[in-house]
Amino acid sequence: MIVRDSPATAVLRPRHTAVGGRVSALLQVRELNVLTALLVVVALISFSTPYFLTTDNLMGVFRSFSLIAIMSIGMVMVIITGGIDLSVGSVMGLSSLVTALGFQSGLPTAVCILGGLATGLLFGLFNGVLITVIRLPPFIATLGSLSIGRGLMYIITHGVPLTPDTPDVFAEIGQGYVGLVPVPVVIMLAMTIVFSVVMRKTRFGRHVYATGGNEMAARLSGVKTGRVKLLVYMLSGLIAGLAGIVSFSRYLSAEPASGFGAELDVIAAAAIGGASLAGGVGSVEGAIIGAALAGIIANGVVLMNINTYAQQAITGAVILIAVSLDVWRSRSKGA
Amino acid sequence: MSLFLEMRDVSKTFPGVRALNKVDLEVRLGEVHALAGENGAGKSTLMKIMTGVYTADPGGRILIEGEPIVIRDAVHARALGISIIYQELSMVENLTVAENIFLAREPLRASGFLDKARMNREAAEVLATLQMDVSPVTPVAQLSMGQKQMIEIAKAISYRSKIIIMDEPTASLSHHEAVTLMGQIRRLRQQGIGIVYITHRLDEIFEIADRVTILRDGSTVDSLPIAEVTRDILVRKMVDRELSQLYGKHVCHATSEVLLDVKGLTLDQPRPHQAKVKNIDFSLYRGEVLGFFGLIGAGRTEIMEMIFGMRASTGTIAIDGRQVAIHEPSDAIAHGIGFVTEDRKGQGLVLGMNVRENFSLTHLEAYSPNFFVNRQKETARCRDFVKSLGIKTPSTEQRVVNLSGGNQQKIVIAKWVARSPKILIVDEPTRGIDIGAKAEVHALLARLASDGMGIIVISSDLPEVLAVSDRVIVIKDGRISQTFERAQASQETIMEAATA
Ligand SMILES: Nc1ncnc2c1ncn2[C@@H]1O[C@H](COP(=O)(O)OP(=O)(O)OP(=O)(O)O)[C@@H](O)[C@H]1O
Ligand SMILES: [Mg+2]
Repeated sequence: MIVRDSPATAVLRPRHTAVGGRVSALLQVRELNVLTALLVVVALISFSTPYFLTTDNLMGVFRSFSLIAIMSIGMVMVIITGGIDLSVGSVMGLSSLVTALGFQSGLPTAVCILGGLATGLLFGLFNGVLITVIRLPPFIATLGSLSIGRGLMYIITHGVPLTPDTPDVFAEIGQGYVGLVPVPVVIMLAMTIVFSVVMRKTRFGRHVYATGGNEMAARLSGVKTGRVKLLVYMLSGLIAGLAGIVSFSRYLSAEPASGFGAELDVIAAAAIGGASLAGGVGSVEGAIIGAALAGIIANGVVLMNINTYAQQAITGAVILIAVSLDVWRSRSKGA
Repeated sequence: MSLFLEMRDVSKTFPGVRALNKVDLEVRLGEVHALAGENGAGKSTLMKIMTGVYTADPGGRILIEGEPIVIRDAVHARALGISIIYQELSMVENLTVAENIFLAREPLRASGFLDKARMNREAAEVLATLQMDVSPVTPVAQLSMGQKQMIEIAKAISYRSKIIIMDEPTASLSHHEAVTLMGQIRRLRQQGIGIVYITHRLDEIFEIADRVTILRDGSTVDSLPIAEVTRDILVRKMVDRELSQLYGKHVCHATSEVLLDVKGLTLDQPRPHQAKVKNIDFSLYRGEVLGFFGLIGAGRTEIMEMIFGMRASTGTIAIDGRQVAIHEPSDAIAHGIGFVTEDRKGQGLVLGMNVRENFSLTHLEAYSPNFFVNRQKETARCRDFVKSLGIKTPSTEQRVVNLSGGNQQKIVIAKWVARSPKILIVDEPTRGIDIGAKAEVHALLARLASDGMGIIVISSDLPEVLAVSDRVIVIKDGRISQTFERAQASQETIMEAATA
């Protein structure tokens, strides 16, 4: 066969390969931008208050956004396939309730934990079947599960929190430390590493991106797009289940409103971190950075003694500014 | 013919690619100006600069009627009288013809509501000037490719454009539709409109153009009145190297071993406006190149989509003598079938992914025996194909959206060839591919057949079907109208079978 090479590309090729590097260049740009935004926010907050950059405060902040961050890992995978999972808040709450019920019936810790995880997995499976078999739009399917999940919690608890006795080891999950680092933060970091590798280096990860990038082209290339979507919703459910267990272990009380509205924070984390709701774009690291950005801004607003009633509005405004800068920067770098 | 638009020393650099290097172009009113050049030469990029989609690098100039001007964006370009009909059409499928023509400038009544009556009336007037027999209230989704293109032209006319750019307008048209288009272009020229015409079909240049400008690797090679060029001169200026001969000697590698056997294949629940494909029987032999010809809408693509599991069907499909059940494309692929689809943006490529990821999507298992993908192996194999198919890209990490149309097409071919299926179906494989690369694709198909692959070629380009096929099946109205051995197949006999 014919080998040819045009002068124009030949001259420029070496330089580009060196820069182009490993992963898709654009993804890296996006993540670096959010990361820069995060560092700027951190710098600003630590200049204006001495309480921010203390180990105690930082670890507290990390722990407070770790639940959202953990769930954003499942969410970002769903979003990359072009879907959405509105049920994570309810699933998290229900799973903490199931775990609590286990303890109330005197079951062993491992069984209680498995019960919580199974709750999440089942809900994920339910969502996945609705979406891939019955072909409901993900928004509708998971909105339905959101209501069912929350409804079940009210039916079970009658609106009263559940506070069973639990063994001390169980409380370690939500309250313990590894060295200076809270256990939920360790879980978050471990999950980030695992799923970042899955998304970047495995066949499954590639299929997730392809499914969201162009489902038709992926299917015609042999990707079992239905199975990919089913798996992604199951993972999202399972991860929300895990978040529920961590949350119950932290407060040792399963509130009927636990996880209420969390889905919005989780989706926001993924989107702030560069995931596109149109599918095909996003990353696990981005979602974690997004959760961190939102969490740190919220903490900074509290530390800076801003009027309590204004805090939420200011958090929203700062997020918008940070993300606008990021979008504006990545666009001016493009063509 | 007055000079309307001049581009002087126009350059454009993308990260890692100099797409244009000091290009000059002059467009006159009442003239058809052809733009020729290989895949990735910079034709589409130049047109995007002319229509304000891209901003040129500093240093160049654009003049309209002698006045320097900065074209800010597409809306501004249109106000200046420059319209474009893109390589890939961009219409809102579920709006009507009139609504598409007047998109974003709908006539309003004094009350602020849409003036539908006026919109439809004016649309009908424009359609009449094109002698088009389409109602303004027809949804665009119901139109053929050729009709959609005419609607784009109608839209350009309704903007009172002075220049209309057409980027490979005939690539997805039937022969008949292409003839109609040529007629329209002549009419526009007579009305004093300037046409910039991009095509890889050299015959069209000689048929319609008054002047041709040739680009190579982002530079202007020459610009000549058509009377001063011959086909040979044109090709030499475009490619600057020896070409493997187009439609070279044909060698038949077909064996008598049946690879694919299709019996009674019938489309389940055809949608309206779709060929009712019925009772298709045929066999494909190992090493054979089997051509499928038919007019657009005859049902060729539907037949292949049934075999590939994209459409529900009844009938039987046997591969290597064993009957197989195919419900999904992944089933077909598992049974050794590959399918280079006709619509590269919609079905062929994940535009946001890079060259390597698109390439390996069909055969990722080859690089990941267990969970993890071996990036080195994947990149190495992809590089081999980029080189052997002459795919013009700065690296395997370039996102495919950024490649030229013809180079995207080559990636779709590469991703299937790399899987080495037993049976390869190619639907319009050389659409948008330049003449040099076309010969290479034909040579590639012949080589694959000689290695024992069975190949089905669908093409609306009759000379292409004749050149590459050992046998030709002609489809008409969803049925096999006739089968020709190579010796009996000629343009006339096949056309006769397709239309009579
Ligand atoms: N947005 C972009 N980003 C990076 N490179 C680009 C971009 N658009 C075009 N290019 C590069 O510029 C060169 C010229 O592309 P262009 O699309 O103008 O070619 P063309 O002459 O229209 O080819 P074809 O006949 O295949 O359509 C190609 O090498 C292409 O990869
Ligand atoms: Mg082009």
